[in-house]
Amino acid sequence: MALVTVTIDGQKIVVEEGTTILDAAQKLGIKIPTLCYLKDINEIGACRICVVEVKGARTFMPACVTKVTEGMEVRTNTPAVIEARKVVLELILANHPMECLTCVRNQNCELQKLAEQFGIKEVRYEGAKREYPIDDSSPAIIRDPRKCVLCQRCIAVCSNIQTVDALTDQKRGFDTLIAPAFNEKLANMECVQCGQCSLVCPTAAIQEVDDTDKVWAALADPKKYVVVQTAPATRVQLGETMGMAPGSIVTGKMVAGLRRLGFDKVFDTDFTADLTIVEEGNELLQRIKSGGVLPMITSCCPGWIKFVEHFYPDLLPHVSTCKSPQQMFGAMAKTYYAQKEGIDPGDIFVVSIMPCTAKKFECQRPEMKSSGYQDVDVALTSRELGRMFKQANISVAEMPEEEYDAPLGISTGAGAIFGASGGVMEAALRTVYEVVTGKELENINFVECRGLTGVKEATVQVGDMPVKIAIAHGLGNARKVLDKVRAGEADYHFIEIMACPGGCIGGGGSPIPTDTEVRLKRIDATYTVDERMVLRKSHDNPAVKALYEEFLEKPLGHKSHELLHTHYTPRGICE
Amino acid sequence: MSSCAQPAEDVQKEKELLELFEKWRGVKGALIPILQGAQAIYGYLPKDVILRISRELKLPPSRVYGVATFYAQFHLKPRGRNIVRVCLGTACHVRGGAKIFEKMQKELGIGNGDTTEDLRYTLETVACLGCCGLSPVIMVNDDTYGRLTPDKLKGILDNYQ
Ligand code: SF4
Ligand code: SF4
Ligand code: SF4
Ligand code: FES
Repeated sequence: MALVTVTIDGQKIVVEEGTTILDAAQKLGIKIPTLCYLKDINEIGACRICVVEVKGARTFMPACVTKVTEGMEVRTNTPAVIEARKVVLELILANHPMECLTCVRNQNCELQKLAEQFGIKEVRYEGAKREYPIDDSSPAIIRDPRKCVLCQRCIAVCSNIQTVDALTDQKRGFDTLIAPAFNEKLANMECVQCGQCSLVCPTAAIQEVDDTDKVWAALADPKKYVVVQTAPATRVQLGETMGMAPGSIVTGKMVAGLRRLGFDKVFDTDFTADLTIVEEGNELLQRIKSGGVLPMITSCCPGWIKFVEHFYPDLLPHVSTCKSPQQMFGAMAKTYYAQKEGIDPGDIFVVSIMPCTAKKFECQRPEMKSSGYQDVDVALTSRELGRMFKQANISVAEMPEEEYDAPLGISTGAGAIFGASGGVMEAALRTVYEVVTGKELENINFVECRGLTGVKEATVQVGDMPVKIAIAHGLGNARKVLDKVRAGEADYHFIEIMACPGGCIGGGGSPIPTDTEVRLKRIDATYTVDERMVLRKSHDNPAVKALYEEFLEKPLGHKSHELLHTHYTPRGICE
Repeated sequence: MSSCAQPAEDVQKEKELLELFEKWRGVKGALIPILQGAQAIYGYLPKDVILRISRELKLPPSRVYGVATFYAQFHLKPRGRNIVRVCLGTACHVRGGAKIFEKMQKELGIGNGDTTEDLRYTLETVACLGCCGLSPVIMVNDDTYGRLTPDKLKGILDNYQ
């Protein structure tokens, strides 16, 4: 590739042709502010906050989309450039509700940060403000278009990464609105509730539905026995809500914090992740042996489930009937655990802490009541738990390390890796191998399952049976695999699909910011958690063994079917 | 409206829509012409027609809808038999265009972009009708009325059935 020499703020640098001014400047350590730009996701030059002066050009150029050319001379911080950026900002602010003090993104808002950075003290423009109703139709995602800066990041992520296309820009000029087609309510659309839009929104125009009040109320209710489960990914991301570095492992600190909040028991979704593997691994083997529908596809991710219900309803027979670990937990807490401890299941209140917005949708699905009660009462995102900790003056970093409660808090490394793309597959392989061969696995690290490649494929030898697998994360990648299955061109046995890029560690309920770099750190941390565990195979989990002995009897048995398996609903598009 | 006229009309429209799809099948950049053709058939773009177009072109409904709302030429709601356009361009604005618009909304009982329930009128504002000398100006269908005062509106509207 050809190289070009450019000068930015008086410093020369040689970069590859096609590099943007923004990237070239970054190489020199020169920061240019951005708002609409989101690396690899949204590069449309819409907001103009990144304008720079290019010698010879008649107008200022947006650095995020302008490519450098040989000999280009760029100034990024002349008084005129700074003034131009201020004008852009003030025009946005003139049409912004300015509710920072009572806004959920207070101190974590890109618009607020820019206003502070540019020392905006007054907005010189006055005009009509857009008035739009808040869309709180969805159990997971809430939209407040008044706070929208029209950066279109949400559209980019929903259309290009997730291929759901739930959002679009409508009309134009002052009337421009980012909303679902027909200005419909989000809940009535194909939105899969993954929350990726809430993760990339620079403001609070799209955010998770806040359910913390329900949890505070349950904690305050002396009649309620309030138990909490923490998803695998939470332990490698929660610290970030309180200023810790991405990838900090806070398992024991989080447990301690939850106890201080007043939960009666602190349990772990990793326990039911192990249970899922035992059920799902056996389901896979049964399908292989009895000529059932293959490939079988994982079912842990409610965003993926809603996606397949809308867009590939014909493939539903491929989806494992196993409930997700969150829902298995709820069902076990209100049956097995209630019986064991002699507690009325009606008094048990199950809270989950999830990196996920779609889990809020999942726990409200009508099928998820197999205990006779709503199995999981409230699903909170990591962001919401971070807020609860803040309100209670609990600093995660300063907490001591404490252990989960037994028995629903006992888990293995296999459960822990559910949080990363490929983790469910790897955990399943560890178990399937030993169940099929009866031999101990020599190397339990299936590294071919790991990493951020969009679609991962491999063939794994399980005894004399070659098992063909595929792993996709991000729904656009899932489509590639699903189209093959639909066309009958896929000879996989087992497919793992996670809706969110990187898997749940990059879930829509994760701390903000979550970008590729942060995802990689959380993934590293996830495998470190696994390595530090004494037990690393789901079927070795003593609490899972006891659960079968005392209650479920056997995998895929009668009770399992009743409590741990589910069915799906074909939904179609805009129907 | 007779009870059997409607279905026959629907059948005709359906036929035309299928012909439209046929005509553009496999052609690149067909979205805009198909939207135009569909609007010519139905008078506006009903939701189910947008969904049909999205299925035909294998485009997400949100994208078809986004394009349809971007261009002023497309209408997402049924249109009245008479289109009333009130000019709010600079010249009309300074000479009382806003008052005319206000009165017009009251007369018709609808807001900008809306259509009366009996489908008699659709009300729209425009930025300039190109006859500023006559301001404030309105147009009803192809007829222009200038130098207006609010009290003249009712008389004008009555001419259109
Ligand atoms: S939650 Fe997911 S599917 Fe729904 S609008 Fe946001 S990105 Fe799209
Ligand atoms: S909702 Fe958020 S992400 Fe979407 S366009 Fe508006 S500000 Fe940008
Ligand atoms: S990948 Fe994880 S975080 Fe994302 S929707 Fe699925 S379960 Fe939720
Ligand atoms: S960040 Fe470059 S135009 Fe928005």
